[in-house]
Amino acid sequence: MTQDESRTGRETREAAAERAAIAVRPDEFQHRSAGSSKEKVFELKGVDVLYGGVAAVKGISMDIHRKDVTALIGPSGCGKSTLLRCLNRMNDLIPSAEVQGELLYHGEDLYGPQVDPVQVRKLIGMVFQKPNPFPKSIYDNVAFGPRILGRKDNLDATVENALRGAALWDEVKDRLDDNAFGLSGGQQQRLCIARCIAVEPDTILMDEPCSALDPISTGKIEDLMIELKEEFSIVIVTHNMQQAARVSDRTAFLMVELDADEDNRWGRLVEYDETEKVFTNPSDPRTEDYVSGKVG
Amino acid sequence: MTGPGATAPRNRLAVAGARATTVAMLRNQPRRDVILNTLFAGMLLLAILIALAGLVALLVQAFVKGAPALSTDLFTNPPSTAFPEKAGFRPAIIGSLELIAGVILFVVPVGIGAAIYLEEYADKSKWWNRVIEVNIQNLAAVPSIIYGILGLAFIVRGPLDLGFILAAGSLTLALLVLPMVIIAAREAIRAVPDSIRQGSLALGATKWQTIRSQVLPASIPGIATGVILAVSRALGETAPLLLVGATVFVTFDPTPFGSDGYSAMPVQIFNYAVRPQEEFQTLAAAGIIVMLVVLLAMNSFAIWLRNRYEQRW
Amino acid sequence: MLQSQKPRYGEKVIQGLLAACGILSVLTTTAIVISLIGPTIGFFEIVPVDEFLFGTDWTPQFEPPSFGVLAIVAGTLNVALWAMLFAIPMGLGAAVYLSEYASPRVRKTVKPVLEILAGIPTVAIGFFAASFILPEIIQPLWPGEFLGGAVGKPFLALAGGLGVGLMIVPIIASISEDAMSAVPNGLREGAYAMGATKMKVATRVVFPAALSGIVASIVLAISRAVGETMIVLLAAGSTPNFTLNPVEPIQAMTAYIGVTATGDISTGSLDYKSVFSVGTVLFVMTLAMNMVSIRLVRKYREVYE
Repeated sequence: MTQDESRTGRETREAAAERAAIAVRPDEFQHRSAGSSKEKVFELKGVDVLYGGVAAVKGISMDIHRKDVTALIGPSGCGKSTLLRCLNRMNDLIPSAEVQGELLYHGEDLYGPQVDPVQVRKLIGMVFQKPNPFPKSIYDNVAFGPRILGRKDNLDATVENALRGAALWDEVKDRLDDNAFGLSGGQQQRLCIARCIAVEPDTILMDEPCSALDPISTGKIEDLMIELKEEFSIVIVTHNMQQAARVSDRTAFLMVELDADEDNRWGRLVEYDETEKVFTNPSDPRTEDYVSGKVG
Repeated sequence: MTGPGATAPRNRLAVAGARATTVAMLRNQPRRDVILNTLFAGMLLLAILIALAGLVALLVQAFVKGAPALSTDLFTNPPSTAFPEKAGFRPAIIGSLELIAGVILFVVPVGIGAAIYLEEYADKSKWWNRVIEVNIQNLAAVPSIIYGILGLAFIVRGPLDLGFILAAGSLTLALLVLPMVIIAAREAIRAVPDSIRQGSLALGATKWQTIRSQVLPASIPGIATGVILAVSRALGETAPLLLVGATVFVTFDPTPFGSDGYSAMPVQIFNYAVRPQEEFQTLAAAGIIVMLVVLLAMNSFAIWLRNRYEQRW
Repeated sequence: MLQSQKPRYGEKVIQGLLAACGILSVLTTTAIVISLIGPTIGFFEIVPVDEFLFGTDWTPQFEPPSFGVLAIVAGTLNVALWAMLFAIPMGLGAAVYLSEYASPRVRKTVKPVLEILAGIPTVAIGFFAASFILPEIIQPLWPGEFLGGAVGKPFLALAGGLGVGLMIVPIIASISEDAMSAVPNGLREGAYAMGATKMKVATRVVFPAALSGIVASIVLAISRAVGETMIVLLAAGSTPNFTLNPVEPIQAMTAYIGVTATGDISTGSLDYKSVFSVGTVLFVMTLAMNMVSIRLVRKYREVYE
């Protein structure tokens, strides 16, 4: 089935669904990479995620580009984190989770039968909402990744580079053997970023990395993101629209959709475009409502 | 009670209650209530005091009765029925130490292994994993003498056929306290927050690497405490050993695989305790003092260990 | 870029080893059951089941021997009865006090002390029961010839009972106090706001709310009392006696096993097999009680979590 045929087939089915459900036009934004000539890191085509057979997100189609900061925004429960966790196969850890559709990483099927999730996570790193340093020294935290990868030579240099890359080196260089739990929240999160960088991934996923932090730490990490994108592709989930507007190059807006009887809900991709456009002149009225604060 | 109509009786109750409370506060409580309450509290306090009195009496009596026999002879001399003044606990002490060593060697790897399997790998919805869990809970409460029967039928004779040797006693005691270790290790592993595991896996570590480098090190204090408490229990057990060959009268130092018999502290104490002569009663009490001191030291160490190294998340 | 999945044999081997450790528990239970069943069946080929289960004369050494297990079951229950009559009021009293009346500082000191009682080796408690409780407490205080009198007897069910009771007080106190502490404060506050006294709150609100945990602790304590060997051996005697009279010597099932299995008996003899048949009765009794207790504990934990 070619792309065009499947698209028409879906349209007819969608037309029927539209009568009963709130309409969405995924097709218009499918593969919308107009204006971007950058290489694609991820290509999502009709990705659905189900937990125990119940859909959490449906029909996500978008491309994520290299060395972009791509923001996923939307109200609570629209599946942003679920979608993010698909990108590094962290959803594999949930037994009832199922990912359908096509998800390509640099052109290869991320969920192919021969693909090793452990390998995937070495290439695609993740920073979590609540900083989760290991109960070890600062040095050992950062060194953990390289050590298990077997990259033990020049460990000191690797650790220093990672900490510099996370804008944390100056603050901790004299106390690398101190327990990581002694750091402040913002420092812990930057430590987690350093830990991630030390593995030399190609992409970093961030799941609301600043929501547990104070405004000053948040600001530092936002500045850090802008620096990091020189080297890494970044996908960030955020509730903070100002943050998305400030740091990201492209923004995807997701929203909850209900079925006819209103008992099932799932997330849908409403609009995905360059950040400036999404925030100043969005194409979809729902996006407009959300970014102007009327809704969500 | 739901719905707007239901709040009316509740409001009335609340008001009545508030009024009663105010009245009670402002006026003296009825004499009867005060007396009853004080009596009740008094009885409760008495209950604790009696239990504590029992404990104190036990400790004091053992100390008073056994003090005369406390000397270095106790630790260096073998037991003797002919010369109780010179009798001691040496083979029993050595036997107990060797038994405990064997218990630790078995119980630490197997207990931790089972705990890791149940917490990290087992799919809780599968029936066989639930069977394992119920089994462990049950085995923790089986009477110790039944473990003696198990030892007699399976380890000393039966399939393992080790004979009445110390190693058999060690294995029997190990099986007895294994459930305790598994339960303690599981709790320690469970206490490690999931965010640590997720952080490790997200860096590209495998499940085993995560367990070995993050989960286990963080749960070691809890596991160690559990092992020490299990070992204390094994140290004080008599009944199973009686059935697997901890003989009355061993005057030489026992060895793990020697077939001439072995002894242990509680067994030796028992054998002195059943003799009516005063000298043997004194010896039994002295042995009890030694055991209690060792157990107190071990348990205090376990508590110190937990307080010092416990990970606070 | 994404390498094909390496089979990771090392991980599979480790998982297998760990599963084996877990399965050991099932193997242990199976082994216990097997070791009991064989000789028990052999026993019942010689001694009729109804004589065993309903007879009240346990005299294996007589000629002809009599194997009525009720005599030693009675001994076990005799001891357990007095143990519970002592331990339940003491244990529950301690639990209510610690949970509802004691200041946090008192609770922090008293609870661990009670736990010490749980850690004392049973041979030490048995020694205490035989050399102190019997001569210094029961014999002087027992009213003369009441129920046959206590003076002069070297072994008494009551002595064993009080010893076992002392041992199980921490079980009842600890689990019941846990259950009572788990009762949400909202329930207490609601009662206080209605003008209830502390005693009323403790007995009418907290106690019933924690009931399944309390019952679980009592069932577990009975199970421990039934399975205890050394205390009964040292203080209650070795005379099978079909009675619940506290001031008589008796023989508990565990004591019979302990005495017989260490004596001079040959494998395969009837005496040897009787050890296993008594063991089966003991195992079944405690198994039933343990299952009930485990269920109840799970129930009370579920309600508030």
